Amino acid sequence: MELDSLYQEVILDHYKHPLNKGLSASYGAQVHHVNPSCGDEITLNLTVDNGIITSITWDGVGCSISQASVSIASDLLVNKSFSEADAILDAFTELMHSKGTKQGNPDVLDDAVSLAGVSKFPARIKCALLGWMAFKDAAVRIKTTTGESNDGNKC
Amino acid sequence: MAFNVANVRKDFPIFERTIRDGKKLIYLDSGATSQKPLSVINAESDFYKFHNAAVHRGAHQLAEEATDAYEGARLKVANFLGAREEQIVFTKGATESLNLIAYAMGNAEPGSRFALTSKDKIVVTEMEHHANLIPWQQLAARTGAELSWFEVTPDGRLDLSNINSVITEYTKVVALTHQSNVLGTIIPLEAIVARAHEVGAVVVLDACQSAPHMPIDVIALGVDFLVFSGHKALGPTGVGVLWSSVLDDLPPFLYGGSMIETVTMTTATWAPAPRKFEAGVPNMAQAVGLGAAIDYLTALGMSNVHNHEVGLTKYLIEKLSQVPDLKIVGPTNVDSRGGTVSFTVGDIHPHDLGQYVDSQGVAVRTGHHCAWPLTRKLGVPATTRASLYLYNDESDCDALFDAILGAQKYFS
Repeated sequence: MELDSLYQEVILDHYKHPLNKGLSASYGAQVHHVNPSCGDEITLNLTVDNGIITSITWDGVGCSISQASVSIASDLLVNKSFSEADAILDAFTELMHSKGTKQGNPDVLDDAVSLAGVSKFPARIKCALLGWMAFKDAAVRIKTTTGESNDGNKC
Repeated sequence: MAFNVANVRKDFPIFERTIRDGKKLIYLDSGATSQKPLSVINAESDFYKFHNAAVHRGAHQLAEEATDAYEGARLKVANFLGAREEQIVFTKGATESLNLIAYAMGNAEPGSRFALTSKDKIVVTEMEHHANLIPWQQLAARTGAELSWFEVTPDGRLDLSNINSVITEYTKVVALTHQSNVLGTIIPLEAIVARAHEVGAVVVLDACQSAPHMPIDVIALGVDFLVFSGHKALGPTGVGVLWSSVLDDLPPFLYGGSMIETVTMTTATWAPAPRKFEAGVPNMAQAVGLGAAIDYLTALGMSNVHNHEVGLTKYLIEKLSQVPDLKIVGPTNVDSRGGTVSFTVGDIHPHDLGQYVDSQGVAVRTGHHCAWPLTRKLGVPATTRASLYLYNDESDCDALFDAILGAQKYFS
């Protein structure tokens, strides 16, 4: 059924066993984002060392899509430079807005390709992007304070 | 006229379509917006096809016909509420009606009964829709008045135990919902109106969730303002109603054409109510469509509509109570409650639950339902809401029940 394209096994796995859930004691930036249409909330801690993302931890309440998506992002974006993370973020954002026409490149997006089905359900795109937008916001804050490059940050 | 839900459903073209690959449409989201009978769709369409012209202006036949149709709709709404025509203002929706009242009060001359200062109080409740909370928050911020509120008890009723300290001699306005759009609770209005009037405050009633579902008599309710939206009462979007018995004392909110008596380059005076509050060319076709909706409801009989919904709400609550891990948020009996039932189902997030039941053709609302302070107070991030109307029947409740069980299996 159509619903199965939304709720991939990988998503439900991440939802039931989320990665990096629980906020780290220290961080370079902390952000709090909400989805005003449904009340989902997320707090995200981002730590960067020498231009490389070393830790993303988070806590929050939300639907399976938002929770799985931030779980995937918190794993995928670690050990990346800002420009690498921005490229992944761009690819993911493009996939989410593809209205079901794209599958996503697993070499770039890894588990995040399992969220491709979300793009067929317009009301859920915000759910999938919640954690990623929180990451983007946290990254901007660190870049602003440390003078890191903003190149590629355009989604 | 006997109420026959099978016949009622035939009047709504949308039930002829299917949903999600051929499934029957089970529409349980009338609290957000109602479906429309063919007579309403035709009335709006016929206005454009045959009578379209700007009302209250133009010396031609079409303008006369348009004005008759528009003012005829006003009379229908007045009769529906037990009110007089000149007490009915058409707005673009209930949200605008509420903002109109709040902004007009903000425009009141210092010292007049509606003028607020830092000494005054505005009273709301914790179960308000954002549309009946934020305009008052903002009016309080602009005038320095204090915003206070009645709290909600854990079983979803208004706590009036401190009514005399919430509504005090400094209270100028008490704005509250007649029926919660989340809990379904119908509030104990009589005691609140009595206390408000004792201290000289006006009562603003948000009847969005009540006027479409039960007989309303503004005189019996005793309130000073009542608003509801057309689109939740079988009417088109883009039209709302503001009723008030004190319009003459209230200054205008929006200025422009139609609402004036005389204009010079530096001054203007206002037309009498209701036109004082209807600046610009109004949403005519929508008002006429609402008139057709009122005709439809009146022909069915609002008592019949109400009785049908009370019976169905009882059935829905009994059915939902059989679902393991399902918790109804709000009253679990049908005493003073309408057909809006919010609930949580174990650990399944409402958004996921809503998505699953949608895959079975069942349309429900999920989230905080534009009443975020209330869901926070109740300790739930979000709920799933089923809201009934006159075209729903027991099979709709059964379909929801089956779909929830399916969701539990799917997400287990």
